[in-house]
Amino acid sequence: MLLVNSVKQFVTRRLPDALHRLGSPRLFFETSGRWLPWLLALSVGLLLLGAIWALLFAPADYQQGHSVRIMYIHVPAAILAQSGYLMMAVAATVFLVWRIKLADIAMQSAAALGISITFLALVTGAIWGKPTWGTWWVWDARLTSTLVLFFLYIGMIALRAAMAHRAGVGRACAVLALVGLVNLPIIKYSVDWWYTLHQPASFSLSRAPTMPLEMWLPLLVMVLAYYLFFFTAWIMRIRQLILVREKDTDWVRQWLASL
Amino acid sequence: MKFDSLVAFVQMDGQGLYVWAAYGITCLLLAMNLWIPAIRQLRFIRRHKRDAQSAQDRQE
Amino acid sequence: MKLFIAAVRRDLQAQLRRPAELLNPLIFFIIVISLFPLGIGPSREALSLVAPGLLWVAALLATLMSMDLIFRSDFDDGSLEQMLVSAMPLPVILLAKITAHWLLVGLPLVLVTPLLALLLYVDARGMVAMTLSILLVSPTLSLIGSVGAALTVGLPRGGLLVAILVLPIYVPVLILATAMVATGLAGGDYTGHIYWLMAILFLSLGLAPVASAAGIRISLED
Repeated sequence: MLLVNSVKQFVTRRLPDALHRLGSPRLFFETSGRWLPWLLALSVGLLLLGAIWALLFAPADYQQGHSVRIMYIHVPAAILAQSGYLMMAVAATVFLVWRIKLADIAMQSAAALGISITFLALVTGAIWGKPTWGTWWVWDARLTSTLVLFFLYIGMIALRAAMAHRAGVGRACAVLALVGLVNLPIIKYSVDWWYTLHQPASFSLSRAPTMPLEMWLPLLVMVLAYYLFFFTAWIMRIRQLILVREKDTDWVRQWLASL
Repeated sequence: MKFDSLVAFVQMDGQGLYVWAAYGITCLLLAMNLWIPAIRQLRFIRRHKRDAQSAQDRQE
Repeated sequence: MKLFIAAVRRDLQAQLRRPAELLNPLIFFIIVISLFPLGIGPSREALSLVAPGLLWVAALLATLMSMDLIFRSDFDDGSLEQMLVSAMPLPVILLAKITAHWLLVGLPLVLVTPLLALLLYVDARGMVAMTLSILLVSPTLSLIGSVGAALTVGLPRGGLLVAILVLPIYVPVLILATAMVATGLAGGDYTGHIYWLMAILFLSLGLAPVASAAGIRISLED
């Protein structure tokens, strides 16, 4: 009973309080401002390190040759395309439940960032496909579900653009994000299933059966670098939108005057 | 190092075009994602400064 | 339950006052399907090969076209606002609306499907599978589509936007349904597909009215 009560208190009181405190645009802006230079340096540094490793030191594939080096930028992009949608949906949930403005801004920024990463995954996938399959596009399971994910992002951005000057725009987008989230695993599994139905046992991008350690490590570095980059660019977008939305508040005026 | 010479590194056994195109586009798109918020924020600050300046001029 | 049926009946009567709008999706479906042989050529093999996909994509588009209407007139005459304060929970009212919409738009699509399948040289086995799949999936299409319609009902021209929001979400049912028809055409057993499609139907039956209600509330607030 005591446990139930304390859990209840946490969910109804403590968690919202903490979220509202952390969700204050001003607090976020000031805290992230201190972290941003470090994050930026770290993510760009890690990206460079991963790129040099992948281009110069990673081994060529015995089947694909050097074109396997595209994997190190394609696979992290495909992973981030999905994680980005997940993060956007988390922001959407927070916004729907607790009405925290910062979550709406985070959702909007994640959509803009996510669609560009998804586009990147599609383009690098196509470029990788040319030397590997001989065509720019193959209806491969991963590419197809990334394409559908791209459409889902387009829906988010189109809805926000269409409702731009309405009060409910944030919540409408949040509902759409959650509907998309429920569907994402169903889409993924159905596309995978559809692919095995039509083209059984053929070569698929980034599903090398045994990848040696010397390929795993740079890939891991790249995935990490992409995540850090995503957070950095996300924070930058959020900060810029906070300034625009809060431009008439005292603290933004003070900040501007202090520059 | 997996390459003997710079030429080999650029050509990558004939697959250089694809590899370099993919890396180039990635570089471009990632840079754009940093550039867009940065330039927007700069513009916002500049516009504000101009507005503040003109408000001051009017007062004088 | 009685109240629900009464609500469905009321919606049916209200929608039947504008029969032309209800017929449009059906006519669209028929015309699109008859255009394909003109585009592809009259060859029997080619047409029956692509028939499941054609029928399915055309059915998706026809349903989508009609989705714009589902809440539009209630929004225009202000009766949606009254529903917000009605004693019945909003998701239930919307479910009644969706049911009425499916009876008037989805069911006719099911009924003309065998005819159109005939035009595309689909054999009897395929025709059964095709009709069954549309019967099973068109309620899901109406349910999912209603979420998109609810989110965009306040916008002056929401029609194309609904398509952009909803079509990606239709992907899994499209894949399953066309696979079911292909299995049927090949003379295989498609009970597994039916179970999966029913699972998706129940999932959307539970979630879509709630999401639509949220969408309607947001749209009406502005």
